[in-house]
Amino acid sequence: MVNTGVMLCGVRLDNPIIAASGCFGYGEEFSRLYDLDVLGSFSFKGTTVAPRDGNPAPRIADAPDGMINSVGLQNPGSQAVRDELLPKMAGYFHKPVMANICGSSVGDYAALAEIFGVQEQVGWLEVNISCPNVKCGGMSFGADPAAAAAVTKACREKTDKPIIMKLTPNAGSVTDVAKACEAAGADALSLINTVQAMRIDLRRRAPVLANVKGGLSGPAVLPIALRCVWDVYESVKIPLVGMGGVSTPADVIEMMLAGATAVEVGAANLVDPFACPKIIDGLPAKMEELGINSLSDIVGAAHG
Amino acid sequence: MKAVKYKVLRNDPVADGVYDLVLSGDTSAFTAPGQFLNITVDGLYLRRPFSVCSYGGDAVRVLYKVVGEGTKKMTALRPGDAVDALTGLGNGFDAGRAGESPVLIGGGIGTPPVYSLARELVKRGVRPAVYLGFNSSADVVLAAEFVEMGVVPVVATADGSLGEKGFVTDVIDPAAGSYYYACGPVPMLKAVVSLMRIPGEVSLEERMGCGFGVCEGCAVRTTRGILRVCADGPVFKAEEVIW
Repeated sequence: MVNTGVMLCGVRLDNPIIAASGCFGYGEEFSRLYDLDVLGSFSFKGTTVAPRDGNPAPRIADAPDGMINSVGLQNPGSQAVRDELLPKMAGYFHKPVMANICGSSVGDYAALAEIFGVQEQVGWLEVNISCPNVKCGGMSFGADPAAAAAVTKACREKTDKPIIMKLTPNAGSVTDVAKACEAAGADALSLINTVQAMRIDLRRRAPVLANVKGGLSGPAVLPIALRCVWDVYESVKIPLVGMGGVSTPADVIEMMLAGATAVEVGAANLVDPFACPKIIDGLPAKMEELGINSLSDIVGAAHG
Repeated sequence: MKAVKYKVLRNDPVADGVYDLVLSGDTSAFTAPGQFLNITVDGLYLRRPFSVCSYGGDAVRVLYKVVGEGTKKMTALRPGDAVDALTGLGNGFDAGRAGESPVLIGGGIGTPPVYSLARELVKRGVRPAVYLGFNSSADVVLAAEFVEMGVVPVVATADGSLGEKGFVTDVIDPAAGSYYYACGPVPMLKAVVSLMRIPGEVSLEERMGCGFGVCEGCAVRTTRGILRVCADGPVFKAEEVIW
């Protein structure tokens, strides 16, 4: 019997699979399809202080082995999530959930850390400083080590819950940002958010997305994500949550070998709503095939 | 929603760039005309959503127009090929609002879901008035099948090659009827909504990520806020859409 359990910042996950923010909503749609308690956890939709309408449509473009989105953090806002969605969630998910928060100022992040840092259901705060689809905030914090450190510190002062800073691959140096977050008190890092990208409609001779640019996700970005996780693993001591194109048990193991303690699954949920349970079901056989007894043994093992 | 593995029964051209795809398999997730399915196309990442033309028994029928890479690849489907689809998506038309004299308005490849609704209404003993608009006679779909159902559609073509010359909005009496249902391209829907003097509902389309309400990709502005075409629609009350 293989062991798929891992520890993430002192919280046990039955398996390392966490459904990724932005690809899972607040879990309700998936809870009608399968028992969400099979997941390690899920990271809910990036939530801002006030409700956000997001960007104009079209917000979605297809891409080779992937997709581009420019949703722009549409969400009902922190008050509705705390007062309405978290209580609802308690009915269909009985493990610690990851709260994904995003702000357009350091003060926003601090306010969100304060709100979600005291919610019993929340196991971790995943601090999104990497959304490529909002004009102010998001990625502008994650691309700059000093700004990333300021957000980390502001959240740290507001909560004792584990803080996971979610990083962008679109930064000049993802390792510099990672080190700055670690020094400012982050408990873990998650990476990668989407890769900035675009498509052009040949007939209209215009960008497909109303917002012109968006973020690429799906299998196309898996090798980029692996490279980022590899580099950051060599630069920091805190645990990493790896994501980017993960769609199969083999991808999960590859991400863990690169240095991830847990693994988020994003775009795969959108094209196959049963992607996460299929990956979780397939993990033990893949582990046996590769001679892995315990997944926690292989974190970073490719670094020798 | 139900994930279904279908088998292609037929996939034949029926009008200019329009194919008639019939799939055999479980249709139990479809509960209303105007719902859609989301098809996996070999070699493409995102699924492709299509409103259903008819469903029932163990067959579901889709009429699709070749407009891009996905639909172009779909033309290669042959009888016996497997097709993976998420089924029973979206809300569909509310046939219960039809009243005694419903008006059905279809534009181009927006006609198939309207045809599906007509079948449902006729089954309920209601005979709708049907208005169809196309660019040209070469684009006309389902007109003969409406007639077979006992519903003779009024057809308008932009170039006058069949029926009345002009847009579908040129041939409708905006105040006649109990309730209307429309599906077609956005410019047509906008014109229909501003023309009609009776209440109604419209079926929208948008580029989708998941098709089941999770990714917030297919946003539409409404008087109820930003809603999802896939999960809150594709059918919306005419007066609530902000164009």
